[in-house]
Amino acid sequence: MARQVYQAVVDGILVGGVYALMAVGLTLIFGVLDIINIAQGVLVILGAYLSYVLSVRLHIDLFVGLAITVPAMFVIGVVLQWAFIRRLRGRERTAMTLLVTYAAALIIEGSLYEAFGPDYKQLSAPYVTSSVHVLGFYLPYIYLYGFALAVVIIAGIYALLYRTRFGRSVRATTQDETAARLIGIDTSRVATLTFGIGVAVTAVGGMMFGATNSFNPNSGYDLISRLLAIIILGGLGSIGGALAASVFMLTLESVVDIWSPQWAIAVFYAALVVVLVVRPTGFFGRAPARAQ
Amino acid sequence: MMGTVTRQRIAAALALAVLAGAAVTFPLVFSSPATTNYGVYALIFVTAVSAWNVFSGFSGYISLGQAVFFGSGAYAVGIAARDWHVSGVAVFGLLPLGAAVGAAIAVPFGLVALRVRRHTFIVITIAVFFIFQLMAYNLSSFTGGSVGVSAPFLPWTATTFNERFYYIALACAVVMIVIAAGVRRSRFGLQLRAIRDDEDRARGLGVHAMRVKLAAFALSAAVTGLVGGVWFLYLTQVQPPSGFDPLFDLSVVLMAFFGGVGTISGPVLGALIIEPAQLYLTATYTNGYISEIMLGALFLAVVLFMPRGIIPTAGEWITRLRTRGRPAVPAAAAAAAPQSAGKAAAGDTA
Amino acid sequence: MLRTEGVRKSYGGVRALDECTIEVGEGTVAGLIGPNGSGKTTLFNVITGYAKAEAGNVYLAGTKITNIAPDKVFTLGIGRTFQLTRIFPTLTVMENMLVASRHARAADRKRAMAQLEFVGIAGHHAALAGTLSYGQRKLLELAYVLVADPAVMLLDEPAGGVNPSLVNYIADRIRELHAAGKTFLIVEHNMEFVMGLCDRITVLDSGTVVAAGPPDIVRTDRRVLDAYLGEDVEDST
Repeated sequence: MARQVYQAVVDGILVGGVYALMAVGLTLIFGVLDIINIAQGVLVILGAYLSYVLSVRLHIDLFVGLAITVPAMFVIGVVLQWAFIRRLRGRERTAMTLLVTYAAALIIEGSLYEAFGPDYKQLSAPYVTSSVHVLGFYLPYIYLYGFALAVVIIAGIYALLYRTRFGRSVRATTQDETAARLIGIDTSRVATLTFGIGVAVTAVGGMMFGATNSFNPNSGYDLISRLLAIIILGGLGSIGGALAASVFMLTLESVVDIWSPQWAIAVFYAALVVVLVVRPTGFFGRAPARAQ
Repeated sequence: MMGTVTRQRIAAALALAVLAGAAVTFPLVFSSPATTNYGVYALIFVTAVSAWNVFSGFSGYISLGQAVFFGSGAYAVGIAARDWHVSGVAVFGLLPLGAAVGAAIAVPFGLVALRVRRHTFIVITIAVFFIFQLMAYNLSSFTGGSVGVSAPFLPWTATTFNERFYYIALACAVVMIVIAAGVRRSRFGLQLRAIRDDEDRARGLGVHAMRVKLAAFALSAAVTGLVGGVWFLYLTQVQPPSGFDPLFDLSVVLMAFFGGVGTISGPVLGALIIEPAQLYLTATYTNGYISEIMLGALFLAVVLFMPRGIIPTAGEWITRLRTRGRPAVPAAAAAAAPQSAGKAAAGDTA
Repeated sequence: MLRTEGVRKSYGGVRALDECTIEVGEGTVAGLIGPNGSGKTTLFNVITGYAKAEAGNVYLAGTKITNIAPDKVFTLGIGRTFQLTRIFPTLTVMENMLVASRHARAADRKRAMAQLEFVGIAGHHAALAGTLSYGQRKLLELAYVLVADPAVMLLDEPAGGVNPSLVNYIADRIRELHAAGKTFLIVEHNMEFVMGLCDRITVLDSGTVVAAGPPDIVRTDRRVLDAYLGEDVEDST
């Protein structure tokens, strides 16, 4: 029993790393643009299909294929922001962007159905099915590689935010868009690039998700609801919070899965409700704005 | 000034009478079940969208989880009929149960979700929606799992079946529209709209924001639960993905935005236009994916080009036509200013 | 009438209010002045329930009202305005007035109309509040707080950002209400306005009361000149 729980914790942490990557994209977009990108889930699935096409039709290795899918997803993100989200202004902007991204999700989902049909697919590669035995744990190579890649990318995003001029612009825009514009930051460029980066990570997330789960165009719903739970738990806009919440939730799910696979996902939402009752802003959330 | 108002009232009353006449005679003129089916669905959505509007449209807290109440209402009626062995026409007596279940879910749901900021609220409604869909699958001894629940048999022919459901749905829609109009005019509605504009400020003026939001949420949920029950009896069955359908959530919001959020006629018009169109598309493109893509595209178009909906946008055009290009509101304000604003205030206006 | 005792409040390690004790007598017009960031608005927020005090108490007519919700504070008889005027832009002026009133019956509308006439914007009653000018919004905010007839009114910079003739107009309205027995606590940077209107002035600096008394005394107090007037007097009038 204890053995199983340890294994579940290790699995949870490894999978949590990959979820963290997808959630970081989502929370980064929220922090800078005040937008909740409902399409993030289906974009991950789109990323998985892109990897699928590259590996099945063109026989390109999954990890090598990222060199193509990451820029592709970046471009899709930039186009989404530039064509639709940029146009929304005014008081109801956050609500409207939610609806716009939801609509975009529907269109992408419908198109994926048209292109690939409703059958479940899974990505395959030698390292997907084999695993290494360390200290008594079975660690599938794909989880290890994916976790390592997620850590590298998240560290990269951190460095980008805290070590570069662009990062300073992003953080300034996050804190006060008007003030940032006043000191000469091109906030619309920052917004577009951030959206691009936030979506680009779904290429990696999608490849990992597709290699470890079977998916069809409908899988985006389940994914987005988990990601939303994660970023709310972590506190909207907080990257550290998204990391902590991903690992926490996936570990919890993976442990509960030992006893009740059916209800494992429900634990996810139950934890969300409990946390929100105690602390409405999430683990690392910014306190709500003061009265003035 | 008064003359215009009276004339507008008469025009509105006339339009309403024509609409009511058309609504009542519709199944008599178009008696084919295929056509009345469109009517039943359109009216179910008129009710659901108006119910959404009373909470979300007035308060600004956008709920993307109305299917929680719709599906729960459907399941409540279905499970009660199954377990209590209700048969025949008596099942309609269970509809209030659908409403009660909707409200009973909304209260704890609201107590948690309405404490947070608006955009977090939207996200929580989506999360709760998925919890309910999951429960419908997993609590299979209760909900029938993926098989779902079936309604008792009603001994009606296809034509009378649709016709009777049409009038039941019409009654629901009319009652909901009357409620919506009443709420909008009342102090309760005023407080909801004040919350939409500036919740903190409203609280500082003695508005018990939580109580007001919760009451509106429960009202909206009760009506949605009731109409979910009607939908279930009409369709005679419910499964997890049809009762708790993410497309329902989105359609309701789309229809409200299309017609005009926060108005009374907007949600009605939105539902009457979009739901039949959606049904037609789904019937024409049987695989359903095209209709999904078109729904998404329509949504994008509405949000981007007509974000305030048909009713407010049309209202603007009419005013612009009447005033022949002069901006309507500032002109009225400026005309009213000098007579009563006092020297200082008038000076400030200029 | 309204009293705070040793109120403390900090934001992220910065102490906004420290042992803040003030007293507003019934039927007086009290002024609250101090440099920017001295804690004036924070004190308003604590009194009206928008911010929680970490220590100390707030009393209204002898009853403790520390840290109760803003809607309760209002019902108990404290109305406030905000520094950056907050009205309901998509509601009409009349609807704005009715938010604070108990009901929305004909009698309430009549009373609301009377208040609008009092502040001089009755002609706009049917306009959307969002179309009003800045000065008119200030007047509307004053009027809708008056609707519920609060015992104490907290005004946060009622003369801020409006033209001189409107400043006088607002001062006159406050004088009339004062004559009718209303109690006021006013935060204001316009010294002429404060000195001309208030019976008693409290000076805050870094969250603590550094002086309190009648305008003449405060005007000449050394500590006040140091804390506030000395550095700020030119641009505050």
